[in-house]
Amino acid sequence: MKRYMRAAAVLFAVGLIATACSTKKAATPGSTLPTTIGPTEGSLKLIAWQGYTEKGWVQPFETQTGCKVEIHYSDTSDDMVAQMRQGGGTVWDGVSASGDATNRLITAGNVAEINPAMFPAFSNGDIMDLLKAPAHNTVNGHHYGVPYMWGGNLLMYNTQKVKPAPTSWDITWETNSPYKKKIVAYDSPIFIADAALYLKAHKPALGITNPYELTSMQLDAAIALLAQQHPMVGKYWALASDEIDGFNNGSLVVGTSWPYNFNQLLTAKKPVAAIIPSEGATGWADTWMMSSHAQHPNCMLKWMQYTLDPNVQAKVAEFYGASPSVKSACPILVGLVGTKTANDAIHCADANVLSQLALWQTPVAACGDNRGNTCEDYSTWTTRWQQVRGS
Amino acid sequence: MTVATPEVEQPLATARKAGARHRVSAFLHRHRGVRLGLVLGPPMGWMLVVYLGALALLFLSAFWRQDPLTGLIQRHWNIDNFRQLWHLSVYRTIAIRTIGIAAAVAAIDIVLALPIAYYAARIAGPRGKTALLLAVVMPLWSSYLVRVYAWRVILAPNGMLDWTTSHLHIGTFNFGFSNWSVLIVFCYLWLPYVILPIFASLERVPPSLIEASGDLGAKWRTTLRRVILPLALPGIVAGSIFAFALTLGDYIVPSLAGNTQFLGNVVYQNVGVANNVPFAAAYALVPVVIMGLYLLGARKLKAFEAL
Amino acid sequence: MRTGPEPRSVRISMRIGVGLVLAFLFIPLVVIVLYAFNKSIAQSWPISTFSTKWFSVAWHNSDVRSALWTSVKAGAGAMTIALTLGSLAAFAIHRFKFFGRETVSFLLVLPLALPGIVTGMALNAFINFGGSAFGLSFGLLTIIIGHATFCIVVVYNNVIARLRRTAGSLVEASMDLGADGWQTFRYVTLPNLRTALLAGGLLAFALSFDEIIVTNFTSGSEITLPKWIFNNLRLPNARPQVNVVAFAVVLISLIPVYFAQRLSMRGDEA
Repeated sequence: MKRYMRAAAVLFAVGLIATACSTKKAATPGSTLPTTIGPTEGSLKLIAWQGYTEKGWVQPFETQTGCKVEIHYSDTSDDMVAQMRQGGGTVWDGVSASGDATNRLITAGNVAEINPAMFPAFSNGDIMDLLKAPAHNTVNGHHYGVPYMWGGNLLMYNTQKVKPAPTSWDITWETNSPYKKKIVAYDSPIFIADAALYLKAHKPALGITNPYELTSMQLDAAIALLAQQHPMVGKYWALASDEIDGFNNGSLVVGTSWPYNFNQLLTAKKPVAAIIPSEGATGWADTWMMSSHAQHPNCMLKWMQYTLDPNVQAKVAEFYGASPSVKSACPILVGLVGTKTANDAIHCADANVLSQLALWQTPVAACGDNRGNTCEDYSTWTTRWQQVRGS
Repeated sequence: MTVATPEVEQPLATARKAGARHRVSAFLHRHRGVRLGLVLGPPMGWMLVVYLGALALLFLSAFWRQDPLTGLIQRHWNIDNFRQLWHLSVYRTIAIRTIGIAAAVAAIDIVLALPIAYYAARIAGPRGKTALLLAVVMPLWSSYLVRVYAWRVILAPNGMLDWTTSHLHIGTFNFGFSNWSVLIVFCYLWLPYVILPIFASLERVPPSLIEASGDLGAKWRTTLRRVILPLALPGIVAGSIFAFALTLGDYIVPSLAGNTQFLGNVVYQNVGVANNVPFAAAYALVPVVIMGLYLLGARKLKAFEAL
Repeated sequence: MRTGPEPRSVRISMRIGVGLVLAFLFIPLVVIVLYAFNKSIAQSWPISTFSTKWFSVAWHNSDVRSALWTSVKAGAGAMTIALTLGSLAAFAIHRFKFFGRETVSFLLVLPLALPGIVTGMALNAFINFGGSAFGLSFGLLTIIIGHATFCIVVVYNNVIARLRRTAGSLVEASMDLGADGWQTFRYVTLPNLRTALLAGGLLAFALSFDEIIVTNFTSGSEITLPKWIFNNLRLPNARPQVNVVAFAVVLISLIPVYFAQRLSMRGDEA
């Protein structure tokens, strides 16, 4: 046994020294950007939100480029970040990241800079102005991805069971809600921003301007609101099917939802409606980003080009229910779903609606205004969220 | 002088090969240490390098920290993670909730397993035994995830269970996403793993002992209580290890069938979601320590021979 | 039916208990089969129309076949490693006395007894570290490594139980008759162990085939059957196919499991 203990100790020490000494090389962005795409590698591995990569538009891509696509579905931005970092960034080639993941990936050097000259949509004005170089995927003029879909976290409700039709989020937050235990909330710390958004409208004395830049006092108030909501929540959904199943069997009747969930229920002819209430809504604008150590970079670049095609964006918008980032997709979308759905439900390429959504972003200590570095960062959000969720 | 003809060469060659093999065999026979090393080396080497080394490194990282913005692990030694676990009561709540349900699952499964294990071991004939064991093992071959989703359908409001009980005028349970659902699903999932060790140890009880007990005047109930069950205790403890351990760390069932957080959920959210491996490792020490103690106790009760 | 000391009332109530427990064990399987034939995608109750169309959809789905094949390969690899290492460990414990003998069985059971997420996290960190140190990458090999680690103990338990029941005199007799170590192993020990190895190997394969938690952490982008099932159970459109696949796997595994059981029981009686 002594022999083995000695061997174990040696291994242990070696492991310690090795981990202490090894450093991961971070890709230096902006050094040599390719201007043309090389030969494709035959395979592409993507991390995507459910509903972003359906066979309807993935299969033509596979036939066109010969890149066989493999998908990992993530439920939260945190999972996307974690997956992109596996194996030093070699496991997955690209990700459809939301704003609360993009900056973390950029700062840590996990994603590669791209050359906008490779994508005509940047220069010919097709991409919505707000999404050409937004802070969540462009840093100091360096672009780290191409825009995909954007949308809001809507208030979805069962039209037969929730009467009168709601116009505010209050039936999901206030204690006098008639739908106790049938409310659905999103299972991620980023949902704190939804609470903050509600307080921004209903408790202006707190002084909340950006629901992602919360001081300690403001965060306390948001957490208190979430704690108040906690006993009324029937399910915190992480998988879209949790919410869809709940609405299907009637155990959930109102709550926050993605356009994808809403569309799925509509397709199954369930009596649901979804709105952006008076207080506004949180939302997301997703970017396709490429890993800085991608094993199939050419296939990924081809995918990025493919997804900027207005026909593809229109198809995705039709299926998912979110808005394209490319303006020329809207006429096509109108042809697919009709004017009413394209404009009133999907808000196709509507810059007004986009500017009013509180897009997901990573909370950091730097408040970005005259409050300095007094805001709470995401790890605090995570801990506080766990306190609410675990009680 | 004999010339090595082909007919002689063959047996010579085999004799030489056999001779080499004999020499190796004799060498090994004399050098016990080398024999032991060859036999024990590979499995222990594997466990040490692949498992224990990785585990040690993981729990070492519980003393490190994660940078909030980049998410990269900073190797500064500190006990912040443990301090946070201690001060925030929610982690105690979650741990107690998990341990409570794990204990309940183990207890309920033992009660459910005993009749079927006893019947298969001591009452059923050989064909009945095969059939029963097959029936117990078959559900394990249909994916764990699919079975959990099947229970979601059964326990949903207006699902199969409520539909049946309302038609039988018993009323509705309305389990839905709740701790009750989680309990039912856990009890269901691990039941075969509890039945098998109990069956194995009940089968090993020598019939002569039972006869002797009867000869000494004990009724069956007394024999059961004072002879059979104590002898089957290792199997019962072994089964309870499965039920308890598997419940303690599971995060999939609480997130699919329930609505509250369990130990596994917190660990998973911190490693697979927030990528805060140091904190996840710190909290993961809780079930590890609990299982370590449980296993030590089980070893005293000789459960390992019944696994 | 054997006659035993149990009074008749106990026997009857036990039979009822057995029936109830069996019903409990099989209700979800019934649900799975029913929904495999459910025409609509929404999994509500009661089912309105039945159809077999999902069977052909699943059959033509190439992702199913490749996931199934990956799982079979992983299971076979894990089973082989577990059979080798588990038997070696069992021999070591049974034949030798050395310091730390009891801790070996304790150590081997740890991967099963500790939460799967702990094993998964540890292996994941190890592979990530190994990736930067010596080029280890996520894939089928890392899946097999992860699975083999917790499968070793099931083979070990089966083999050592059988070794303990085998008379040591057989080995001595074989040696007395002039056989060397290798011949004794091949002609005396191995036949005795065959059914124990079969039972252990089958259980190891089953554990590996259905494993999801550790696999999530060690597979990278490889898709095993449980991963495919998890990916598709969450998509309402794909759920019926998953029920079909689960049903099919149960049917297919019925035969080998039955035979393995018959053989191992016959071996037990020997």
